[in-house]
Amino acid sequence: MSDTIKITYREAIKQAIREVMQKDERVFLMGEDVGNYGGAFAVSKGLLKEFGADRIMDVPLSESGFTGAGIGASLAGMKPIVEVMTVNFSLLAMDQIFNNAATLLHMSGGQLNVPVVIRMGCGIGRQLAAQHSHSWEPFFAHVPGLIVLSVGTHEDARGMLLSAMESPDPVVIFEYTFMLNLEKEIPSNSGAVEIKKAKVLREGKDISLITYGAGVYKCLEAAEALKEEGIDAEVVDLRVLRPMDEETFLASVKKTHRALVVEEAWKSISISSEVISRIMEKAFFDLDGPVERLCGVEVPIPYPKDLEDASIPQVSDILEKVKKMLKP
Amino acid sequence: MIKFQMPNLGADMEAGTLVEWRKQPGELLHRGDIIADVETQKGLIEIEVFDEGTLEKFLVKEGEKVPVGTVLALINDGKAEVSESAVPEEEAAKPEIHPIEERPETPQKKTKKGERIKISPLARIIAEENHVDISLLKGTGPEGSIVKKDIEKAISEGVQQTQETQKKTDEVKEVSAKSAAPNANAMRMAVAAAMSKSNREIPHYYLEKRVDMSKAMDWVKEANKERPIQKRLLPVALLIKAVAKALDDVPDLNATWENGILRKNEINIGFVVSLRSGGIVVPAILQTDSKTVDEIMENLNDIIPRARAFKLKSSELSQSTFTITSIGEGGADKVFGLIYPPQVGIVGFGEISEQPFADEGMLGIRPVVDVTLAADHRATDGIIGSKFLASLNRHLQNPEEL
Repeated sequence: MSDTIKITYREAIKQAIREVMQKDERVFLMGEDVGNYGGAFAVSKGLLKEFGADRIMDVPLSESGFTGAGIGASLAGMKPIVEVMTVNFSLLAMDQIFNNAATLLHMSGGQLNVPVVIRMGCGIGRQLAAQHSHSWEPFFAHVPGLIVLSVGTHEDARGMLLSAMESPDPVVIFEYTFMLNLEKEIPSNSGAVEIKKAKVLREGKDISLITYGAGVYKCLEAAEALKEEGIDAEVVDLRVLRPMDEETFLASVKKTHRALVVEEAWKSISISSEVISRIMEKAFFDLDGPVERLCGVEVPIPYPKDLEDASIPQVSDILEKVKKMLKP
Repeated sequence: MIKFQMPNLGADMEAGTLVEWRKQPGELLHRGDIIADVETQKGLIEIEVFDEGTLEKFLVKEGEKVPVGTVLALINDGKAEVSESAVPEEEAAKPEIHPIEERPETPQKKTKKGERIKISPLARIIAEENHVDISLLKGTGPEGSIVKKDIEKAISEGVQQTQETQKKTDEVKEVSAKSAAPNANAMRMAVAAAMSKSNREIPHYYLEKRVDMSKAMDWVKEANKERPIQKRLLPVALLIKAVAKALDDVPDLNATWENGILRKNEINIGFVVSLRSGGIVVPAILQTDSKTVDEIMENLNDIIPRARAFKLKSSELSQSTFTITSIGEGGADKVFGLIYPPQVGIVGFGEISEQPFADEGMLGIRPVVDVTLAADHRATDGIIGSKFLASLNRHLQNPEEL
């Protein structure tokens, strides 16, 4: 491999947006404050100057309206990137996403593709309290007709959008606002990544840590620390929450025989519920112990820092849990 | 020293799971004692011992599934020599040199019967493949469960079986010693195996005779007059006794065929009992010919509920020499049976019903039963079968002599 570059998660996303806009004139970015303000989280800062107001489009505060406009534009042959500032406001756009974007291919008898890409900031950890800290990936992953991606690493921040733009079907991309300032090394030639498979980010033989989104770096850090305990943990980043790539995590479980699923979303009826169900259905006889999970505590997310931290799995929780599972 | 083997409880049995030892080493055994419970496709069977002696040692542990003929235990009858062979000498030779168990038998506390053992699915598979008795292990996994590591440790410490038994387990993969009642599918497979063998190997010939049952029915009615309800006779008891007598007259049908006819000394009539869950079992009424009609009735009252509850003794399943299948009330007029190998005949009784019947120039309405005989043409010819049906008819016309 050639050189690596140090890059923030934010910068990686911005480079991806720039690349797709340079490549295809039909691509445009629309969202609240993406233009003059430079994006609520400064992801699109500078892009207005580079591409002009026609392609970096500020929209009114109406999620249903502008998401619907994006879907319409994609039907008409454009390649819109709709930025819903955060998942917290996506409820207002859900009718458009679930009832139009996800169904039109079916409702038109295969005549209409909806190649819209919808990006959303997501997650907890910025002390934004109960109404602005949601992890609602499970809602979207529930809906057939959507492709739902979760950006858990800098490489995916740099590459997922590129591949999503090639999809003929609607893609929802979850980006984690908590990670925007996080710096990591990625190969300098990073580009498009495939968006059909989960990925084993770290190989191990004793337990599979299955996770996505903001859980990915936490699990990798925990796996590193577990080495000292003589525990060799494998980390699987789900990446694609719909359609879920079960092959990868089932293969991992069949190798390690133990599994812990880590996610920040609320525990009940979650991504982990689905992952564990599939393990039960298809890898039961390979299990050497109950599958366990660490998820978001089922409360409205608290504002105080210590309580907010306590409401989602932290590295120390993962360490403790794995030790308990393997060395009871 | 006597080798006690996994008995063959019917042509359809290839293996059995030793569920529980009822006797312990050192105990004195008498003929007829129940020594163990064995699970077969026909349910949980109590296995009797037919020798006198002291139980020396077990060679098969509880929960193991072994093929028919495997030596399960050694019984010391005072003679040094090992009787019965047909099994590898190595296993039996050892206990003679060291009559006392050299391996510490159950050092850990054995899990109590019925208590569920917590074991991971993976560990269970590895244990079964390597023939590790999980009831001897202590789990170190979550909630004290047995995990892969524990099985691997047990294997490396040699809690495992000899290569000999391992080979055997490879032949019989599925191990399940859970409930007394076999599942409906296992029962179906057992019936399928036996009947396919019968149809494939036995050249059946069929004979049929209509028998006037008026005298027999009168006799039963008369006999029942003075009896309390529990002691009343059913016509089937009379039919069974008549078959036993007819077999006494025509002994070639009370036999087995295994590369030649082998007449049996005892007449043990197997009686087909259909199960509510599907399938059939055929318990034997031992020494039917020497039992009175009353005793046969008592035997039926005892054996049919036990058959339905899967609580038969090994002798009742393995000793039958001839089979009767009876349709009973409200059923078909005739039944043509398939012989239960290695037997050579089966008699089928249809429903006893009123029919026009000509006798001595007079036509009357009489209770009549259509009797069929299916017999093995390798063992007998039609003339023998015909003699048998004639003899059966004769006995049924003289019920008071039965």
